[in-house]
Amino acid sequence: MSSTPTSGNGSEPATPGPWRRRRKGGRRSGRGEQTVVPRAEFTSYYGKPVLNIPAWKPANIAGYFFLGGLAGAGSVLATGAHLTGSPVTARALKVSSTVAIAGSAAALIHDLGRPSRFANMLRVVKPTSPMSMGSWLLAAYGPAAGAAAVSDLTGLLPRTGTAATVGAGLLGPAVATYTAVLAADTAVPAWHEGYRELPFVFAGSATAAAAGMALLTGPTGEARAARGAALFGAALESGATRAMEGRLGMIAETYRTGTAGRFSRAAKGLTAAGALCATAATRSRTAAVLSGGALLAASACTRLAVFHAGRASAEDPKYTVVPQRERLDRRRAGAAPAR
Amino acid sequence: MTDQLPWPTLRDEERPARVGFFTDTSVCIGCKACEVACKEWNAIPEDGMELTGMSYDNTQGLGASTWRHVAFIEQSRPAEALPSAPDHSGVDVFSLAGQGSEAPGTTPQDGSELRWLMSSDVCKHCTHAACLDVCPTGSLFRTEFGTVVVQEDICNGCGYCVPACPYGVIEQRPGDGRAFKCTMCYDRLGAGQEPACAKACPTESIRFGPLDALREQAERRVGELQAAGVSGARLYGADPEDGVGGDGAFFLLLDEPEVYGLPPDPVVTTRDLPAMWRHAGTAALTLLAGAAAVFAGTGRAGKGTARR
Ligand code: SF4
Ligand code: SF4
Ligand code: SF4
Repeated sequence: MSSTPTSGNGSEPATPGPWRRRRKGGRRSGRGEQTVVPRAEFTSYYGKPVLNIPAWKPANIAGYFFLGGLAGAGSVLATGAHLTGSPVTARALKVSSTVAIAGSAAALIHDLGRPSRFANMLRVVKPTSPMSMGSWLLAAYGPAAGAAAVSDLTGLLPRTGTAATVGAGLLGPAVATYTAVLAADTAVPAWHEGYRELPFVFAGSATAAAAGMALLTGPTGEARAARGAALFGAALESGATRAMEGRLGMIAETYRTGTAGRFSRAAKGLTAAGALCATAATRSRTAAVLSGGALLAASACTRLAVFHAGRASAEDPKYTVVPQRERLDRRRAGAAPAR
Repeated sequence: MTDQLPWPTLRDEERPARVGFFTDTSVCIGCKACEVACKEWNAIPEDGMELTGMSYDNTQGLGASTWRHVAFIEQSRPAEALPSAPDHSGVDVFSLAGQGSEAPGTTPQDGSELRWLMSSDVCKHCTHAACLDVCPTGSLFRTEFGTVVVQEDICNGCGYCVPACPYGVIEQRPGDGRAFKCTMCYDRLGAGQEPACAKACPTESIRFGPLDALREQAERRVGELQAAGVSGARLYGADPEDGVGGDGAFFLLLDEPEVYGLPPDPVVTTRDLPAMWRHAGTAALTLLAGAAAVFAGTGRAGKGTARR
């Protein structure tokens, strides 16, 4: 009696309690995109999260993503501007990329529990860790971006400067997208389940931010390419975001509600406004400045939205349990006849 | 036969067998001796003294300063399923309480309507451990016993292992900054001792030993329980084919894993990492191609504007 529990069927529903919640059925009404039929209810341990919530600070980590994107895509545009004869824009972007990448690294270091041990990031080369790969990438990219800026500002070693510009431009896209892998390579549902689209969201957001910087700092006569890049980045980001939310099913709620929802609505509005103003950027300096500011703010909001959606999806056990339970049940249903 | 590990390690003859825990929750009595033993042996600081109202669980979950956690779940079975539901409507509980143990009818009737589940949770020491995979400093490592341990002198507190763990085990300690979790008592294993929690467990709910042997024991035990009519008995984390390649610390549960706060179908996130890099590579090339197209389309700045 003491070693064998007498109560029988464990697969019976557990006690109804505050932690056994019925999923809202009302979701189906408005937005018709809900493809996964939600389970009627799910169980959790007193509503406690299954995952531990990272201690990452929103400003540090979203800042790390945003500044990394601004730097990386900025180097790409700087290279283009450098090679096609837009010297003012090129110089401004080389400088902004250098400052941004330094800021990105500083945000990451600031977020460490033991900042003095930052150098341990370069203790090993570990392909399974996007943070390790990212650190090595920054170790190569940072000096290239810096050399490009210094050479441009001082006029020294122009050939080396051009090589550094092109080098940073080629590493730039990797710098702008690896952070998406960094986020996705976790158990956080809103990040992991979006791993296919998140790099495109980041690439688009980074391009729009860098184009915004170009519009903000470059003269009207050089604004054509920046305008094109702004529209391209905005379109890429919006398309990828839509695709990601479609794939995420119920987890997409975390991008639409709460703090993340507010940031993502702000990001969408600012992106649209920025893109609209960008179309007038070759004629009006005011339009260019407005566009640049809006696009930069939009990119920062996108990163904050992604950060907060991830946190919300980790905090509510629903987003961990329901998709896993559905996957398990589907697999069992598939395997059942064989047994 | 020892478990074949998917990572390079010592030569077979030098390598100790992979060890682990089989936690049989059907015999757990919720005494929390494991929690206490772990705290004591590993000198883990206090991390909050709260009364939660979650049955007898005031520990709440695994974290930086809680490496063993006993979960308590109270379940009442539907009243109609009881053999005979006693009618207590006319009972004055206050006067009965005044009489103390002398009071008539204080012994529970047969077939208690309350089912109390208890389970001592711990780091799973996954075969494919996400925490270890993502750690950028190499602080987390695989020991010669097949367990996963943090080297506290290397951890820089990046916190990446925290959201990577599909079970919510590892955590950064506030004020310290570094990540901590169960070491499977690495120091004791090295000295040929069993871990403190297993040593302290009075019911042998926590069994420690070579993983192969534990898996066999667990299969036998779950078969016995099933045969005795405990249809809810199931193993969790024992299957080397599951999403994490099997847990070094696995469980016999009496209900669905999520009832105990465990993920029903955990998958090591790095399983998808090659696909993630591929998508990021494509996204990076898209960025490069888009920018190239934009500059090609606009040409040299001077010419471009002049042409208009
Ligand atoms: S349970 Fe979590 S902390 Fe423990 S080895 Fe697995 S991934 Fe790491
Ligand atoms: S917090 Fe420490 S153990 Fe965790 S991933 Fe970072 S360096 Fe590794
Ligand atoms: S094995 Fe050691 S460190 Fe791990 S839970 Fe048990 S007592 Fe604590």
